[in-house]
Amino acid sequence: MSAVELISPLTDEERNEIEAEVAHLPDRESAAIDALMIVQKHRGWISDESLRAIAKFLDMSPASLDGIATFYNLIHRQPVGRNVVMVCDSVSCYVMGADSFAVKVQDHLGIKFGETTPDDCFTLLPIVCLGACDRAPTMLINEDLFGPVKEDELTEIFSRYS
Amino acid sequence: MSLQDTKPLIGRVQEVGGLVSLSEYETGGGYTAAHKALKQMTPSEVIDLVREANLRGRGGAGFPTGVKWGFAKGEPQTPGYKYLVCNGDEMEPGTFKDRYLIKFNPHSLIEGMILGAYAIGAEKAYVFLRGEYHEPNRQLARAIAEAREKNYLGRSIFGSDFNLDLRIHLSGGRYICGEETALLNALEGKRGQPRYKPPFPPASGAWGRPTIVNNVETLCNVPAIIRNGAQWYHDLGLTDDAGTKIYGISGRVNKPGLWELPMGTPIRELVDVHAGGMRDGYKLRGILPGGASTDYLVEEHFDLPMDYKTIQDAGSRMGTGTMILMDDSICPVDMARNLQHFFAQESCGFCTPCREGLPWVEELLADIENGNGKDGDLELLDQNARYIGAPGNTFCLHATGAIEPLQSALKYFRDDFEHHIEHKSCPYREN
Repeated sequence: MSAVELISPLTDEERNEIEAEVAHLPDRESAAIDALMIVQKHRGWISDESLRAIAKFLDMSPASLDGIATFYNLIHRQPVGRNVVMVCDSVSCYVMGADSFAVKVQDHLGIKFGETTPDDCFTLLPIVCLGACDRAPTMLINEDLFGPVKEDELTEIFSRYS
Repeated sequence: MSLQDTKPLIGRVQEVGGLVSLSEYETGGGYTAAHKALKQMTPSEVIDLVREANLRGRGGAGFPTGVKWGFAKGEPQTPGYKYLVCNGDEMEPGTFKDRYLIKFNPHSLIEGMILGAYAIGAEKAYVFLRGEYHEPNRQLARAIAEAREKNYLGRSIFGSDFNLDLRIHLSGGRYICGEETALLNALEGKRGQPRYKPPFPPASGAWGRPTIVNNVETLCNVPAIIRNGAQWYHDLGLTDDAGTKIYGISGRVNKPGLWELPMGTPIRELVDVHAGGMRDGYKLRGILPGGASTDYLVEEHFDLPMDYKTIQDAGSRMGTGTMILMDDSICPVDMARNLQHFFAQESCGFCTPCREGLPWVEELLADIENGNGKDGDLELLDQNARYIGAPGNTFCLHATGAIEPLQSALKYFRDDFEHHIEHKSCPYREN
C-alpha cells in the first residue's frame, strides 16, 4: 500500500474551516484540537486516515496529534453511531441514582457503555458531570441535554433520534 | 430599586425572565461600565477599584482578582501582546453556575472581559468553554457577534484607542483543563497537562505571553463594580468577603437549583429556605460545599456562613459555592468510590502519585464497598491520602483536590468504613 492510501484527504469544506481557525492563531499546530473537532463534526470520528490527513495539513507528526486526540474525552478515535448518547456518572447524578439509571439506559438500548447498536443508530458512553446538577440524572444526546430523565421517558426520547 | 441593585449577576435575568438580549442588557445599564472605564479611567484605576472591592476568584481558589490583574500590569505594552482568558471549563462535578451565566447573561461576561482586558492591557481574549456546553456556546457566539456589530468588540471601542478581539475555544473535554496552566496548553492546541510553576501565567502564559485567567462568574461581577463602586459591592456581602455569590445545591432536596445571594449566606438557610429543605424521608448527613474536590462538612458546620474564610477555617473550601448534598440513604463508602473514579479517570497521568495512586484508592474503596475489605485497608487509605494529597508531591493540585473528600469521609464517616470491612457487606444495599 502506498503512503497516499493511508490518508483520507480533507474536503475543501474541512480545509476552509480549519484555515479559519489557523488564521487567528500564532502557528498551525495550535489549531490541532479545533481541527480534530471540525473533522469529527463532518465524519463522526477520527480514523487513522483522518488523523494523518489533519497532521499533514497542520505540519505536525501523526504521533503527536494522536497524543492530543486520545487525551480528550470528546474526540472519538473509534467509530460511533449516528447519535452519541452520554450519560453522566459524576457525583450529583450518582446521588440521584445515576447508577441504576445507567443500567436502564443500557437495557433500553440493548448495549453496554462503549458499544454501538447493530443498526449504527446509537453509541453509548459515560460522561463526567454535565453541569446541570439540579436536573440530575442527566444525559446528553448529540447536542441536546436531558434531565431529570425518568425511566418511562426513555422510549420517547430515543425515538426522536431513530 | 431594581433587582440588579442586590443581584448584579442574575438580577437582570430574573427581570427579563430568561436570556438577556443585547437591548435588554443595555436598557438595564449594560455596557455603561465598559464605556465609563475606556473613556474616563486608566487601566490602573480599574485594577485599583476591583482590588478595593475585594472581588475574589469565583472558580474555586478565591484569589483576589485585582491583585492578580496587577501581576500582568507593567509588562511590555506592545499591542496584543498579552492575553485575557476566561475559564469557562466548568467541569467540577456538582457545579452548574457558569453554564447558567453564559446561557442567560452572555453580554455581562463580554463586558466583564472588555474591562479585564482593558485593565491588564490585553487586546486578545479567549473564552475557554466546555465542549459539552452546546447551548451556552450558541448564546455566547451570538452575543459576541452582536457586540462586534455594535463595536463593543473590535477596533477603537467606544472611540478609544483600545482594541479587543474575543474568541471562543471549545474544549475537547478533560477536567484537568480547568487548572489554569493545563487550560493554557489546551488553548494552544496541546494535551491539557499542567505546566511547572513558576513561571505563573501572568508572567508567561498562553504562547509564552503574560496571561490572566479568570473564572466566568468572577468576570461577570466586574461591570457592576465599575458602575456602582467598591463600597456598594462590599456592602452586598454579609461577612468580610464581599459581593454576592451564586450558590447552588444538588441532591435530594425539594428544589435543587441556583441562587444569587449575599456572600456569607448560612448553609442551613441555603438548604432549608432556598432549596426547600430535604425531601420527605431523607436526612442530610454531609455536604461537599464547593464541588467534588472539597472536604465534607457535617451537621456541626451547617450553621456556618458560606464564605471563603469561614469554610476554610472549618477544614474545607468554598470552592465553586455549588454544594452536593449527601443524605442518609447514600453510602459514604460508595460515594467516595464514585468520586475517586472521577478523579482517577481525569488524572492527566503525568505524575506518579496521581496516575497510580488514585486508581489504587478507587480499587480499595470498591473492594470495601463490595464486601472484600480487609484489615489494614483503612490505614492504607489514610496513608495514601497523606501521600497523594500532600501539595508538592505532584505538579498540580488535581491529586490534592481528589483527596480532600476522601480524607474527610474517612474522618467523619469512619464508622461506615469499619462496618463495611467488619461485616463484609454494604449496609446501604437492599437485601
